[in-house]
Amino acid sequence: MTPEDLAARLRRSFDDVLLARGEVTLTVDRERLLDALRTLRDEDDFRCTFLSDLSCTDWPGRDPRVWMAYHLRSPERNLRVRVKAGLPEEDLRVASAVEVFPAAEWQEREVFDLFGVVFDGHPDLRRVLMPDDWEGHPLRKDHPLGGVPTQYKGATVPPPDQRGL
Amino acid sequence: MERVSDLERRAVEDEVKQGVLTTTLAKAVNWSRKQSLWPVTFGLACCAIEMMATGAGHHDLARWGMEIFRASPRQADLMIVAGRVSQKMAPVLRTIYDQMPEPKWVISMGVCASSGGMFNNYGVVQGVDTIVPVDIYVPGCPPRPEMLMYGILRLHEKISKRGTLT
Amino acid sequence: MAERIPEGIDGAEVGRGTTAQRLREDLLVVNMGPQHPSTHGVLRLLLTLDGESVVDLKPIVGYLHTGIEKNTEYRTWQQGVTFVTRADYLSPFFNELAYCLSVERLLGIEVPPRAEAIRVLVCELNRIASHLVWLATTGLELGAVSMMLYGFRERERLLDIFELFSGLRMNHAYIRIGGLVMDLPEDAEDGIRAYLGELPRRFDEYEALLTGNPIWRERNRGVGILDAATAESIGVTGPMLRSAGVARDVRKDEPYCGYERYDFEVPTRTEADCFARYEIRLAEMRESVRICEQVLDAMPGGPVMIEDPKLRWPARLSVGPDGIGNSEEYVRHIMEDSMEALINHFKLVTQGIRVPAGEVYTPVESPRGELGYYVVSDGGIRPYRVRVRDPSFCNLPALPEMARGRLMADVVAAVASADPVMGGVDR
Repeated sequence: MTPEDLAARLRRSFDDVLLARGEVTLTVDRERLLDALRTLRDEDDFRCTFLSDLSCTDWPGRDPRVWMAYHLRSPERNLRVRVKAGLPEEDLRVASAVEVFPAAEWQEREVFDLFGVVFDGHPDLRRVLMPDDWEGHPLRKDHPLGGVPTQYKGATVPPPDQRGL
Repeated sequence: MERVSDLERRAVEDEVKQGVLTTTLAKAVNWSRKQSLWPVTFGLACCAIEMMATGAGHHDLARWGMEIFRASPRQADLMIVAGRVSQKMAPVLRTIYDQMPEPKWVISMGVCASSGGMFNNYGVVQGVDTIVPVDIYVPGCPPRPEMLMYGILRLHEKISKRGTLT
Repeated sequence: MAERIPEGIDGAEVGRGTTAQRLREDLLVVNMGPQHPSTHGVLRLLLTLDGESVVDLKPIVGYLHTGIEKNTEYRTWQQGVTFVTRADYLSPFFNELAYCLSVERLLGIEVPPRAEAIRVLVCELNRIASHLVWLATTGLELGAVSMMLYGFRERERLLDIFELFSGLRMNHAYIRIGGLVMDLPEDAEDGIRAYLGELPRRFDEYEALLTGNPIWRERNRGVGILDAATAESIGVTGPMLRSAGVARDVRKDEPYCGYERYDFEVPTRTEADCFARYEIRLAEMRESVRICEQVLDAMPGGPVMIEDPKLRWPARLSVGPDGIGNSEEYVRHIMEDSMEALINHFKLVTQGIRVPAGEVYTPVESPRGELGYYVVSDGGIRPYRVRVRDPSFCNLPALPEMARGRLMADVVAAVASADPVMGGVDR
């Protein structure tokens, strides 16, 4: 199935389907997220049984602020779909995809660690990359890069996030 | 009764004999320590691969008695911190350093261990000398095996200059 | 007498420390790592042992977390290459390739055919180098110490080849946005061909050393079994998945960089144990040699960087008396001939390029599995988000499945066969 066919087929069931640069992106509300994932996994046209990547982007100033991105792949039909869902800033929670794709377990832990998104229904949600007692979620845009000024003889260079480039 | 000058002469001779004895002993001890420095396996990231390459056949660390990388810090006297030290790893680094018996030395291999390298951020400790005392800094990203060997040879020089027996 | 563990508590909870009072007296929790000779880097394993057999295994990662993804958000697009190349440090070219492919798709540009061919060449050489390190370290961990020396001996010649065209043995920033930073030197091709010609004989040596060795077979056969269904549901890719019979390889399924033009096979086995993965990696090295020879035979001429002056890396590098640097004609050109060229050079080096807004996900087949880069741009001079889908991070949750019920020594073999590189896991 070419990306165009896939986009056409998806538009029959979903509203927000974008085809750009050869990739199909499906945007759903977070309440419908697990249903969309299940549909893509189980329905015969799609059979997206492999979760490649589960990640997140922080857009402060936009509403919803945090956008989850699930990259699904169907080895049988040889296609890829990206499912996106937005989370509002005041309530960074979404249902956990572990029951649909067990591969999501560690990836969701990483998103929780680095962005602070809470996944309801995750079996073991705790930090995976940062130390257990770390405060803050590093990959959020309002978390500083945390560098130190670099000293030279007679001069200092500020860390990269304060250089004003 | 001995004259004062004889007493003085004998005291000076005794002192010289003792000094010569301890200096020679110190030299011998330093020589034996530097000839078989045993590193503890502390390879963290890319520099670890270059450290393994230095220990492998082409650039051979066995010529200085260092091909044995001890897994247990209690049997090692050199810690080559090879790679970036993250915030989570820093307490582990200090624990391993504390577990090594004296005398011990630290080579900070690579720019990430020496100063944080290109990773000037929240995750990387900006130089292991904030945690452990470092004897030799070997810059590079990663340093060539020849650079690490040069660092080790400078460490040998530093060890052979130690004055006391401890 | 020891009380029975209440229903519903399994060994996995022990590591959390909450059920310490309800431990059976004959279960031992052992911490392996993060500093340990047999963990392929700073991987920490929390083992719950019943005597010598493993009840549960919990991998704890994060000891090498470097904040690479966040760092790329504060640098220009071209500087991102130097950061991502250090993520999975045993396959730096693959990191660079996936990142550059993503950015090139966002820009909507095609690289010249010679750049594409050389990209395939260096990536396959990198695959050989990575598998050699795997063979060497696995041999060392399982006791075949001479394998360590042989593996690194081969790798030294390969690193000399890398140094010949990129200037660095490891973490080269060679593959850039728009092509490559410089062309292969004239004598590189002969050197590479000579090296490739010798490799099959060396692989035969390794097979003679290991494949029939009863100790190697005992330690690897039937160890670390991970069946296809479990592997697919966990998200495992690469040789671990192919050892279970699933012939999945991004180079064949979703070809990039012209891989569809080359004739190669994807080795697969069905036993799904460590020995199968060993055989697969050896076979993959042979296939990589085949691909490299085909690339060299069909190497097109031409430039290795796109022509567009707004996007191409401005410098023309060449080998000089003090190493690799800007060529003299180029320096003369920007300093004396053309003011626009100087301004262009200055802007591109300080500010960098501007990439249109959008997002892409580009997978490549790294030696450990599917390496994917999800790059998001907001139209500016810096990446907005660079997410690395690392194969080692996604393969690690399979470790408990592989180790449960086995002996302690099998854990070492299983971890070795999963080939995790902690730089990629933690980034």
